[in-house]
Amino acid sequence: MSRAATLPRVLPGFGLSLGYTLSYLSLIVLIPLSAVFIRASELPLDAFWHAVTAPRVLASYRLSFGMALLAAAINTVFGLLLAWALVRYRFPGKKLVDALVDLPFALPTAVAGIALTALYAGNGWLGQYLEPLGIKVAFGPLGVLVALVFIGLPFVVRTVQPVLEDMETELEEAATSLGAHRWQTFRHVILPVLQPALMTGFALAFARGVGEYGSVIFIAGNIPMVSEITPLMIISKLEQYDYAGATAIASVMLVASFLLLLAINGLQAWQARRHGRSA
Amino acid sequence: MSIQVQNIQKAFGSFIALDNLSLDFPAGELVALLGPSGCGKTTLLRVIAGLEQADSGRVLLDGEDASDTHVRERQVGFVFQHYALFRHMTVFDNVAFGLRMKPRGQRPSEAEIKRKVHELLNLVQLDWLADRFPAQLSGGQRQRIALARALAVEPRVLLLDEPFGALDAKVRKELRRWLRRLHDELHITSIFVTHDQEEALEVADRVVLMNHGRVEQIGSPADVYHQPATPFVYGFLGAANRFEGSSSAGGIAVGASTLTGDAQPEHGKVVAFVRPHELDIILQPDASGIPARISRVLTLGALTRVELEGQADVAGQHFDVELHAANPLVAQLAAGQTVRLQPRQVRVFAQPDTAGAA
Amino acid sequence: MAGAVSSLSVQHDKAGLLESRQATREAPWVKAAILTVALSFFAIFLLLPLVVVFVEALAQGWETYLTALVEPDALSAVKLTLLAAVISVPLNLVFGVAAAWAITRFDFRGKPLLITLIDLPFSVSPVVAGLIYVLVFSSHGWFGPWLAEHDIKVIFAVPGIVLATIFVTVPFVARELIPLLQAQGREEEEAAVVLGARGWQVFWYVTLPNVRWALLYGVILSNARAMGEFGAVSVVSGHIRGETNTLPLHVEILYNEYNFAAAFAVASLLALLALVTLAVKSWVEWRASQTVAVED
Repeated sequence: MSRAATLPRVLPGFGLSLGYTLSYLSLIVLIPLSAVFIRASELPLDAFWHAVTAPRVLASYRLSFGMALLAAAINTVFGLLLAWALVRYRFPGKKLVDALVDLPFALPTAVAGIALTALYAGNGWLGQYLEPLGIKVAFGPLGVLVALVFIGLPFVVRTVQPVLEDMETELEEAATSLGAHRWQTFRHVILPVLQPALMTGFALAFARGVGEYGSVIFIAGNIPMVSEITPLMIISKLEQYDYAGATAIASVMLVASFLLLLAINGLQAWQARRHGRSA
Repeated sequence: MSIQVQNIQKAFGSFIALDNLSLDFPAGELVALLGPSGCGKTTLLRVIAGLEQADSGRVLLDGEDASDTHVRERQVGFVFQHYALFRHMTVFDNVAFGLRMKPRGQRPSEAEIKRKVHELLNLVQLDWLADRFPAQLSGGQRQRIALARALAVEPRVLLLDEPFGALDAKVRKELRRWLRRLHDELHITSIFVTHDQEEALEVADRVVLMNHGRVEQIGSPADVYHQPATPFVYGFLGAANRFEGSSSAGGIAVGASTLTGDAQPEHGKVVAFVRPHELDIILQPDASGIPARISRVLTLGALTRVELEGQADVAGQHFDVELHAANPLVAQLAAGQTVRLQPRQVRVFAQPDTAGAA
Repeated sequence: MAGAVSSLSVQHDKAGLLESRQATREAPWVKAAILTVALSFFAIFLLLPLVVVFVEALAQGWETYLTALVEPDALSAVKLTLLAAVISVPLNLVFGVAAAWAITRFDFRGKPLLITLIDLPFSVSPVVAGLIYVLVFSSHGWFGPWLAEHDIKVIFAVPGIVLATIFVTVPFVARELIPLLQAQGREEEEAAVVLGARGWQVFWYVTLPNVRWALLYGVILSNARAMGEFGAVSVVSGHIRGETNTLPLHVEILYNEYNFAAAFAVASLLALLALVTLAVKSWVEWRASQTVAVED
């Protein structure tokens, strides 16, 4: 045994801080989370399979994952534009816009949910113009999309923004001096630098969208097979005291969360390697 | 206080930072740990301080085994490479920190602390900065405050990690002289780490040359410069021309030519080093010596540097010669000319397995 | 996970410089187009939802607004919300400091895994976060029979709400502190130890003053989330009016009863909390940038 492992470390508090961290994390997070898998594994296989592949549940996966994907894609495009505007341009009210980008993090989801519903309902500020055009947002799948765009926007802006800020202007100046046009510079010099951040932001927004509940349920209308999201399926199983069914669906969602978390960690490590900064 | 390290071994993963290293640091001396980056010098300094635990081996302070003594109890002063000044404290509070951390019984009164801190700030000639924050100081000032802070607790030894590394050339020269004077005043056993050979040779009483976690040579600056013990030391301390050949009766055979000069006897394959100012240029192209062609003649101030390309057996090698600009020979040198090179002083080493010298 | 996004950032605005140089600016029409699209998107998706909350809240006048806020059920929801925050925020503050200290000040095996585990509550759906406590503490859960025997109610009661709130706010403080402590390095603490500081002294005199703004921001952020959490709390609450309703749940009940003005009135309280949170964030970032400016 090397002596380094047995002697007290230079800085104090290693045992205390790590011990406390691990105990707290185990008690609050790990043990309760493991309950989902343990309880799900106690189910008979066919009951489990039946619960997670019921037509209504399958429809909810399609909606939750599909809309989260679409919302993340929309946010990647518009989040990049917003980050670009915030870093590259001066305009009145910029500080305010910058601060309010974080609103979806700070605003309780239930508040966001009823506010979006009020906006997009048939008689709402936006709904009254959209419905005559045949676009029904509230109480349908489009409502889910709108809510997830709201929730996911800051993820993209806040991952892209620092990378844009840190980017050396010399890169662009070099490209320009070599004869590149502005669009070529963006396409071949700036975009490759931003790519890991854009993908990370996309993945973060997607992961958040898949699990989102509060902002969605008010505006979704929750029509079976049409606009029910997966977290709502868990709630409705619970309300019917179908704990087994709720647990089965939750285990599917948890696995999806873990996979996304792994993907995001991988992306962030990639981004850190690319730019020598941790995301 | 004397410091001894015995058989220190330290690895980071598979990288061996210190390889069974033993050293004595006599009391009262100012010693430089000199070597290229990654040679283990900073690790050694941190092991002596107790900031790093060696995997095996002992550190003796004043003859007592301190290996199991916590940094806090070792009574060492440590000056960090980037100073590590507490950024939220004034200069005064930084210097007073060590005194205020003492257990209640040993802690001096605030008045006493005040007197002591001002005394130290006067010693480093920065008393007028007492109320500033570290961010408001220049690099050289921060360095001196870091030193005052380390001295405040009356350490038995002073350890400095690359003390001038982060400073610009001019400030560095001033601080070097200042550190030397301070050491002469205080006589506290001090070790500093540097990768700059000029710094080590100019400031230290004794230089320890390190490479790959091992000690290559220990000695006074004059010793290590004039009597380098290994090819590595020769190459590291100043410019060198390098010849490979074999020992023969008349000198060292390098291809068809022979190097004469004061060569120490060695047998078999050897590496010969010659300092640029100890290499003569002979204008007769058929004289004995190494054939070379002048590629450039450059006079800067009192010195003329001649750059040459080896010919025939030493083709592709590059040589440098230094002459006094006043030397009448200089006027006769021109680029393109073919000449012979003959050393006045040669340092010969048996051919090492790996030619590690610069 | 959200930590990547919510962290404090200190940046100097270089937009002016970039706009003034030919090589780093776009044609005016491109700039105008980007600004128009980006700001319209911002206005429609972020600004309008915020504005509509206050407009709807006041749609039936101040009197209705105030009545909705001082009604007994609303007040008890306020109380429960504050209680959940008062318990969960300090707990996660201590946890965050301990975790950040262990992770940034020591080297040990499995550190990346630990960092990932701390992030876990961010990536779990709030509904699942609530469900896990149901599985552990409800009458059908692991400890259900034991709890029933001792007449302790966790699920559909206050303890469950507090637990769910703790779960969803676990990462906030740690996520603020870890990158900052990492960036600051260990040298200052090592210097303090060499100078004789022991145990808590190192933390109090050297570490804490350097991270106090990030710490404050982490606390503010976890407080906002604690008071605003909906999904997780909704699963464990049981929605008993005046007893197990937090403010967000109270909003839901009022809304489902078509009492829109009251729902938006209570929602406006939570929206104000969000605005205060964002204001504090901006202020803390400004403070931090002042310090950085001095240090440059």
